Amino acid sequence: MQSEVMFAGFGGQGILLSAKILAHAAMEQGFEVVWIPSYGPEMRGGTAYCMVVISDQPIGSPIIRNPTHLVAMNRPSLEKFAPVVKPGGVILINSSLITVGSGRTDIDEFIVPVNDIAIGIGSIRSANIVALAAFAARSKMVDNDILRKCVKEEFSNKTKLIPLNMKAVDEGQKAAEIPVK
Amino acid sequence: MSKVLMKGNEAIGEAAIRAGCLNYFAYPITPQSEVAEYLARRMPEVGGVFLQGESEVAVGYMIFGASACGARVMTTSSSPGISLMSEAISYIACGQCPSVFVNIMRGGPGLGGILPSQGDYFQATKGGGHGDYRLLVLAPASVQEAVDMVMMAFPLAEKYRNPVMIMGDGLIGQMMEPVVFPDHLKTEQLNTETWATSGMDTRKSSTRNLVKTLYLDPVQLNAQNLLLKAKYERMKKEDVRFEPYNIDSDYQVLIVSYGTMSRVCRTAIDNLKNKGIQIAMIRPQTLFPFPETAIRDAASKESCKTVISIEMSMGQMVEDVERCVQGRKPVEWYGKCGGEVPTPEEIMEVVQSYLTTKRKEQN
Amino acid sequence: MGKTFHKPEALSNQQTHYCPGCTHGVIHRLIAEVIDELGIRGRTVGIAPVGCAVLAYNYFTFDFQEAAHGRAPAMATGIKRVRPDLVVFTYQGDGDLASIGMGEIVHAANRGEKFTTIFVNNAVYGMTGGQMAPTTMPNQRTTTSPFGRDVTDVGMPIKVAELLAALQTPGYITRQTVIRPKYIVKAKKAIRRAFEYQLEGKCFSLVEVVSTCPTNWGMTPLEAVEWSENTLLPYYPLGDVKTPEPMSGGTDAK
Repeated sequence: MQSEVMFAGFGGQGILLSAKILAHAAMEQGFEVVWIPSYGPEMRGGTAYCMVVISDQPIGSPIIRNPTHLVAMNRPSLEKFAPVVKPGGVILINSSLITVGSGRTDIDEFIVPVNDIAIGIGSIRSANIVALAAFAARSKMVDNDILRKCVKEEFSNKTKLIPLNMKAVDEGQKAAEIPVK
Repeated sequence: MSKVLMKGNEAIGEAAIRAGCLNYFAYPITPQSEVAEYLARRMPEVGGVFLQGESEVAVGYMIFGASACGARVMTTSSSPGISLMSEAISYIACGQCPSVFVNIMRGGPGLGGILPSQGDYFQATKGGGHGDYRLLVLAPASVQEAVDMVMMAFPLAEKYRNPVMIMGDGLIGQMMEPVVFPDHLKTEQLNTETWATSGMDTRKSSTRNLVKTLYLDPVQLNAQNLLLKAKYERMKKEDVRFEPYNIDSDYQVLIVSYGTMSRVCRTAIDNLKNKGIQIAMIRPQTLFPFPETAIRDAASKESCKTVISIEMSMGQMVEDVERCVQGRKPVEWYGKCGGEVPTPEEIMEVVQSYLTTKRKEQN
Repeated sequence: MGKTFHKPEALSNQQTHYCPGCTHGVIHRLIAEVIDELGIRGRTVGIAPVGCAVLAYNYFTFDFQEAAHGRAPAMATGIKRVRPDLVVFTYQGDGDLASIGMGEIVHAANRGEKFTTIFVNNAVYGMTGGQMAPTTMPNQRTTTSPFGRDVTDVGMPIKVAELLAALQTPGYITRQTVIRPKYIVKAKKAIRRAFEYQLEGKCFSLVEVVSTCPTNWGMTPLEAVEWSENTLLPYYPLGDVKTPEPMSGGTDAK
């Protein structure tokens, strides 16, 4: 069983980091993982995206054209990647910045006002963690406690930021409690 | 040590330290700069040497100077940078100094692009610099294997007193995978007494050592080349490495592929197997010495109709595959470059096209 | 009766291949004497260039490496960084150092690498047969400037010592010559001082030695000395161009 999650948004939205934490949590849970960034000049301000592959088998191709899930943090990302997501997956839409839907009926469209939640708990900078926690809870891809531990570990050098990001995890997970349509 | 999630480039840096390489010189170039960034922080912690040279040309000679006095030394770069280092590599091969070069390949020719490629196959395996020399070339297909190969590269470089090159591609450098670092390498101290310019006092010797590459006498230069050739022949006997995949099946097609490309092929082979189609693969882990016998034997199997070299280059390794197969079976090539990495679906389509009819000439 | 003359231990018995009237032999000897006097032969590594001195390693009795054209400062950097206890010097000509190797010498000097460079400037490519060098004088005829160096076409000769002295990193940069006995004593002092700065771990040191090339200049040795003195020295003035501050440990009282 293999899952592929595409994280996509603006450069600066913390896309690479939230993807890395998901990969880390999955690894801690015993899965094989690969984290594949897009790299190069487009990292500065343009669209940033990053793929996380999680599998119970050794991972073959790191090149994924059709991911099973998408976390779309801005509209260009949704428009670009929503059409290629495999049926049955989760598409998380950051409704604070995206006013349209995925146009898909064969997936679980999961609408979360990510930025608003982040601002609500104190800082827009925690938006990536809100999205990560919401997605992880909705997709049930990784254990909530392991995710918490990995978020904490990620900020171990910036302990000041831990309370904010723990709150972000809580709020993200809460957002996922809305029943699936 | 437990499993950690690490970017290929950083893992390569850490592996070098664990291999006892405390001397690193480099020049920034995408997509390998994270090795330098990692070691800029890490080398001071372990009392090692980190220096950012003024150019890849200079870095090549810093490696030459340091390795010639017997130090364990490494540099990392990417394709255009390796071109600039190739002059030094030729000198180092002739001067017989053990050293490790890592090429995190990007698309070429020219400035090319910064995305993954395997376009430097010829450069690494057939020369790159001038004159008759070879590098021992290792090609990892995962971050873990990149680590393992860095650990392996230093003893190999010292065994042959020859530069070893590790050929990753942009993806190997940029992606993160779980890695377990082996314990620090315990190798016997390299015997530098007879050749390294380590200072006569250091060796407690009254005989000076000379590292040179000038042989104006043709008889001597020929002899030096024969000596080098003997080492390369020994590499072919003792250090060929490859990984067979699905080789015990009655495969109809044999794929030869390395590095990231081989992982895509592995997924394609698995998918085809689920459809009842058997395909096998030989994945060279050493590009020089090349797994000649393994490929020839695998191609000779009766069920095998076609051999395909699948590369992120425009048909480089295929020439070696043809050389190995020696006309026993048709040898084809499929590939893309410039950062376009063929998908498993594409590979499946290509392979299947050889199952029924003879494929048309690729445009 | 005591010995009044002896060959330095650092110098081998091999006869040099240099042309009559060439000063490489004198410069080699000065280096060897300094190495003997400082007692560092057992921890010295020399680096030979590409140029007439490509075979310099044959004339010394300590460890040597041979560089590619212009790359000696990069090799010296490699050695010195991994083995700071070794004494390292490069021996380079004007084509090697000031043309193809300009990048390497500038950056090594600017990093303040703790090695010593002996830079022999005779205003011409010697080994390859008398082509124009970056230090070739205006209107000087060479095989690639057959009508004389046209400075409107290829620029003025490069004053290497002054160029390197302009770097903000402390260093010892001096210009000397060995074309007459009166200069040789000073040149030796400068070479010794350059090695002493290295031994103190103080700074990069470079001794430019204005030399001759009777063969490629098409002169007799005596004419070459005169031309060097009358034409090169006015453009390439002798003396220290830069010293590390504050001064200490120098032997050349100024």
